[in-house]
Amino acid sequence: MAVRKMIMGRKVGMTQLFDPDGKAVPVTVLEVGPCYVVQRRTKQRDGYEAVQLGYLEFEERDVKHAEELRREHDQRRKTNTRTSIDTDPRGKQRRITLAALGHFTKHNVPPLRYLQEFTVAVPDDFAEGAILRADLFTAGEKVNVAGTSKGRGFAGVMKRYGFKGGKASHGSMFHRKPASGGATDAARVFPGARRPGHMGNEQVTVKGLTVVRADAEKNMLVLKGAVPGANGSLVVVTLPDRPVIERGKGKYVTFTALEKD
Amino acid sequence: MELEKEQIQPNRPTFRTGDSVRVHLKVREGARERIQLFEGVVIRHQKGLLSERFTVRRVTHGVGVERVFLLHSPRIDKVEVIRLGKVRRARLYYLRDRIGARATRIKERGRV
Repeated sequence: MAVRKMIMGRKVGMTQLFDPDGKAVPVTVLEVGPCYVVQRRTKQRDGYEAVQLGYLEFEERDVKHAEELRREHDQRRKTNTRTSIDTDPRGKQRRITLAALGHFTKHNVPPLRYLQEFTVAVPDDFAEGAILRADLFTAGEKVNVAGTSKGRGFAGVMKRYGFKGGKASHGSMFHRKPASGGATDAARVFPGARRPGHMGNEQVTVKGLTVVRADAEKNMLVLKGAVPGANGSLVVVTLPDRPVIERGKGKYVTFTALEKD
Repeated sequence: MELEKEQIQPNRPTFRTGDSVRVHLKVREGARERIQLFEGVVIRHQKGLLSERFTVRRVTHGVGVERVFLLHSPRIDKVEVIRLGKVRRARLYYLRDRIGARATRIKERGRV
């Protein structure tokens, strides 16, 4: 799905603020950007149109280390025929692959930890090398937020699917079990049967959150409502290129309406 | 980062549970705005930066009324401390079970 605007960031945490009416509003604070437009994917070269966005600069010592390795490798290539770029002779942990380093150097942006491609409605809005900040968004906009939900591990059927379970006592012997597995006639489990298993730690998108505040100086984006994932986890905020359904109301907010405001 | 909420902190008095307060509440009736008073004993006080809140209890016409206020809510015009109370616990829920002026008496902690 094409998006109008997008930015990557981290979830800071939740709090509450007062709105102009004096109502306390639950909000999630995000630290977003600065994100770099690293590369444009084009129909001619790549076969599809997309914008590659990068977020979170590596620490300086990681960059230095990678650059050092690059130089050493080039040096060895000159004298030796066989050499590996995958290992550091000093055994230091390398955080940036040399291939990635080359990619960033080529496009003249600092090495970034996260890279993601977006299908964008108007690709020309995003020039290579452009820096996206929180002020890309304005208060009142309805956005979608994608994040990785908190992992719950191997969860039972009550937690995972909201089954009611049984009595805790009075000799019921049926506490948190998933009850019947189905008819005996079928002699098999139907696909999609709700059973215990892994829960959480998957991508979840929350749609139609209202932007309360956007502050480019503090790289801060404040949204009304909850955002998936633990504090500090990566989130992707997008403005989709179609009407957003307001959460729980089935109401439509169109772009033309937003732009007239 | 979280400190950004500090910007919405008007000046409010400090008080403890057991104190009696008078809360001046802004009430909107249509276009008009007026001040409503709510007076009673603070039976609970929870800290938490912007979300600091307290519960005020009073008995009117034989009916106990408890209201929870957000201390930094812009709807609260001001909070007056009218009496300092000396109590031995942080949550005065035992007042709910007591009836009559004598039973719900709270010793004074000194002058306002």
